[in-house]
Amino acid sequence: MMRRVSCLSSCIVLVVGLASAQSGSELRFCLRNEPKTFNPLLVEDDASETVRYLTGGVLIRSNRQTQKLEPELALSWKLSKDGRGITFQLRKGVFFSDGTPFSADDVAYTVKQMMDPALHSPTGDAFRSGTGPVNTQALAPDRIAITFSAPVAGLDQLFDQVAILSAHSPIKEKAVLGPFVVADYKPGSSLLLKRNSNYWKTDSQGHKLPYLDAIRLDIQPNRDIEVLRFKRGELDLINSLDSEYFDRLSSSSPNLVHDAGPSLDSEQMWFNQVGKAPIPNYKRSWFRSTNFRRAISLAINRDDLSRVVFNAHARPAIGPISTANKFWFNQELKADLYNQQAALAKLQLDGFRLQNGTLRDVNGNAVEFSIITNSGNKYRERMAVLIQQDLQKLGIKVNVVTLDFPSLIERISQSFNYEAAILGLTNVDIDPNAQMNVWLSSSENHQWNPQEKTPETEWEAEIDKLMREQASSSDPKKRKRAFDRVQQVVAEQAPFIYLVNRNALSAVSNSVQGASPVILRPQTYWNIERLTVTAEVAKRP
Amino acid sequence: MSATRKLACGILLVVVITALGATWIAPADYATQFREAPSAPPSRHHLLGTDEIGRDRFSRMLYGTRISLLLAPTAALLSTVMAALIGAVAGYLGGFWERLAMGITDLFLSLPWLFLLITVRALLPLNVSPLLSMLVTFLMLGFLGWAASARVLCAAARSLRHSGLLLQARALGLHGARLFAIHVVPTLKPILLAQFWISIPVFILSEANLGILGLGVAEPLPSWGSLLKELEGLTSLGDQPWKLAPLLLLIVVVTSFQVVLSSEEVPA
Amino acid sequence: MLWRISRRLLAIAAIVVLGGLTSATLVRFAPGFATDEQQLDPRLSAESLQALHQSHESEKKVFLFYAAYLNRAWHGDLGISRSLNRPVSSLLRDRFPVTLRLVAMGLALGWLIALSFALTSALARVTAYRFFAIALSGALLCIPAAVLALLSVVLNTPGYLAIALLVFPKVFAYSRSLLERAYSSPHIVTARAKGLGRLRILCWHVFPVVAPSLVALAGVSVSMAIGAAIPIEALCGVAGVGDLAWQAALARDLPLLVNITILVTVATLLSNSGADVVGHALRAQES
Repeated sequence: MMRRVSCLSSCIVLVVGLASAQSGSELRFCLRNEPKTFNPLLVEDDASETVRYLTGGVLIRSNRQTQKLEPELALSWKLSKDGRGITFQLRKGVFFSDGTPFSADDVAYTVKQMMDPALHSPTGDAFRSGTGPVNTQALAPDRIAITFSAPVAGLDQLFDQVAILSAHSPIKEKAVLGPFVVADYKPGSSLLLKRNSNYWKTDSQGHKLPYLDAIRLDIQPNRDIEVLRFKRGELDLINSLDSEYFDRLSSSSPNLVHDAGPSLDSEQMWFNQVGKAPIPNYKRSWFRSTNFRRAISLAINRDDLSRVVFNAHARPAIGPISTANKFWFNQELKADLYNQQAALAKLQLDGFRLQNGTLRDVNGNAVEFSIITNSGNKYRERMAVLIQQDLQKLGIKVNVVTLDFPSLIERISQSFNYEAAILGLTNVDIDPNAQMNVWLSSSENHQWNPQEKTPETEWEAEIDKLMREQASSSDPKKRKRAFDRVQQVVAEQAPFIYLVNRNALSAVSNSVQGASPVILRPQTYWNIERLTVTAEVAKRP
Repeated sequence: MSATRKLACGILLVVVITALGATWIAPADYATQFREAPSAPPSRHHLLGTDEIGRDRFSRMLYGTRISLLLAPTAALLSTVMAALIGAVAGYLGGFWERLAMGITDLFLSLPWLFLLITVRALLPLNVSPLLSMLVTFLMLGFLGWAASARVLCAAARSLRHSGLLLQARALGLHGARLFAIHVVPTLKPILLAQFWISIPVFILSEANLGILGLGVAEPLPSWGSLLKELEGLTSLGDQPWKLAPLLLLIVVVTSFQVVLSSEEVPA
Repeated sequence: MLWRISRRLLAIAAIVVLGGLTSATLVRFAPGFATDEQQLDPRLSAESLQALHQSHESEKKVFLFYAAYLNRAWHGDLGISRSLNRPVSSLLRDRFPVTLRLVAMGLALGWLIALSFALTSALARVTAYRFFAIALSGALLCIPAAVLALLSVVLNTPGYLAIALLVFPKVFAYSRSLLERAYSSPHIVTARAKGLGRLRILCWHVFPVVAPSLVALAGVSVSMAIGAAIPIEALCGVAGVGDLAWQAALARDLPLLVNITILVTVATLLSNSGADVVGHALRAQES
């Protein structure tokens, strides 16, 4: 009898435990800024992207952990041989959050909207490899073929960013297919997302997903306060944690913090090579010299940058692709090792000489230049100061100038009134085609010398050719070969001096079940539909 | 001179001498990075520990004192003089001039001067020396910091205009600028001194905040403002209380300034 | 009297309009105007970038922009915020009460603490107390606003306390000087010698002398409090006008900045004009 009672009690506890673990409750974390838009096609800031990820339903999802593509609203898909088209077989019996049925019409509508030139959708621009219109053909209510005017590299991968809109819903983009729906928005304060009761996904036991009832996103730009609130238990996770806070949290609660290793993001420095820039000609000739740029790269101690600035939560960067991007990274490349002697030797090839502790060029001009970076980013400011010290050993005087972001953008993209700059690149996509506009010499984002009418150097012409080659091919191996060569040229010519790849750091409270932080964004809640919070947190006011 | 005032003078003298002698007293150069010991606690080698990139905090505090102690009072003096010239003269003259001056003052108080500061930065060459950048910063602060106290001075001068004191002085033949200089300004002295000593820490802190525009002290030169910015990582102060040293020094210096400058008259 | 009031109102209107125009000009010619973080997004096509640049065209001619703004504002349309993508009127409607509450309570508390200390400091014969008051206000002046804001979050205290602590030392410094000057004047010494009580001296002899200056200070302290609200709101996550102003400044959001400047100008003018009126009445009463 006693054995039966205790067995029954255990069962009850187990069931209650499971139920409470899966009972939902509310997940809380912070947005660093106000979302600028709730229209998923117009997303260009982090906060809006977070909302899109949590509410949007996509045809194909890139699993952030395995980095492989998985079917979502599309059961399967087929790419055309010429790389211009894709045909989707869609799931049946799926409904938008307002009950409107999902069909091929909605996919067609979304794609047409996205590719509308008047909309200027950043999501759509990623597909815009040619100038012609996109053709959508609903072959059946659950089957659609989409054809673009030119081949689109990594076409299937790009659909991970396309949240499907309803063509027929009266509430337009407010009707969503994702696990959550926007329930309440207090501008400047918080955003509440509630469970989408029409969400199509279930777990392996047939339970409807998501497990959570709600997500509260508080708008909090200050990282100190974010960490404080996390420590107090007011927040359940910090999606992107700075290295100094990582160490502070780690000292008191090591099990709450996660270092997933080098992320896809990079920090880099470059010199202004623009012909019409209002800088002295002798400086322009330094910056245009490959030997000069390579020498500067050799003179920078990247190990110190990683260790001192990022508390060892970063790795010396090698090129435009992080080592974490296993497929696309060129394994043949090695980081420039810190070597002052080698740096001086390279400079001497161009006639630079060290005289009384000052480096002078062939005409006797003392080597002095300024580095601009955005103020408020203490890591970039510190990197600039360390680089200042490293280059001082070579007799180079560096002036560090921090500017507010609009002033900085104006200098690097309009007036070109700068000499060197340090900025970072946030890589959301593992496919390097997303960096097309950085590498094409005619592009506005070709930072060191934007909008060249024709490539001004042979190596830039080669990069242009290689980037177009990989963009027009649907063969991953061919693309990889082309982009490997791009990485090789960049390493040789150093238009960007890559400094570090920061690690993907995050913090997750013990109350959150199912989290498995990764390097790809969003690091902590990529599997949001399967996360839960424990019952203790459920009692939180 | 009271004992408190003597003590305050002594403190200021010690601070000034130490700051001027930073080159000999500081254990390290303000820019030297001890990269093996970033964010180190106080020790025999680093009395106040090191900052996030391994620079000796005590050395940086000494050098920073030199710069801030010279420039902040200069800017404060400038803003006080401007407040006196605009506010006090307007209150003394009254009528149209007072209305015009106060209208300009109100406008001045409302405008986003941040953009003027950004424009000034843009006009300076990027390779400007850190000292020149600091000088420009504090001059700008001095030129822009007069408006609030100008209003108070105007009100005080207005009250004096019809007072018995000025009536008597006019009866004795004093007029215009002489009357203003001999009788109005000394009477307004306590307010002018208040404006002066308030401005010193306000400008020091403003200089730190102007770093966001590229103004302020350029790395690696330290200033009190840049040292105080470390306090914004408030959550670390519990573990690293030595970061409070620059704040304590600033409080001591500002309080000493106020004691030295305040009136010794005993209230009735 | 009517003419005086009308003249005053006209002057206020002229200053407000001029304030808006000056603000628009400062923003328009500041570096970074017409730039957008989106420009650095490598995904954007050349056409999208071109459209981004074109979207700022209407703001480049500052006089035309301002004239159009005034015309729309007259009909209740304050424009659209570029950085937040929302109508400015709704942004201000949501946030103004928050800032008003924060500033009003911060000012009231700041004045209460400042006057308490200033009065007791002026009255007390205890040097140590005077020194303590000076040291406390000096210490608060030296603490960065960001630190006070963060402390307020750490200690879970309301944001207006941080504003009060920012306003208090400035108000204390001026009011202490005014009171000490008043107390040291010969007629007060005479009054004391003749046996008048402290309260009577304060109410009938000191207050009338310092009141006009204190009232002027009160008007000016509104600007101080508004200035203090910006970092406090930005750091404490209070969705007020101060936080909005900071975001707008960083984004060079011209429509939003012009409206906020006009709002601040109106607040400054009303508070200072009110102070002038009260000061004038007090002087009239005294004479």
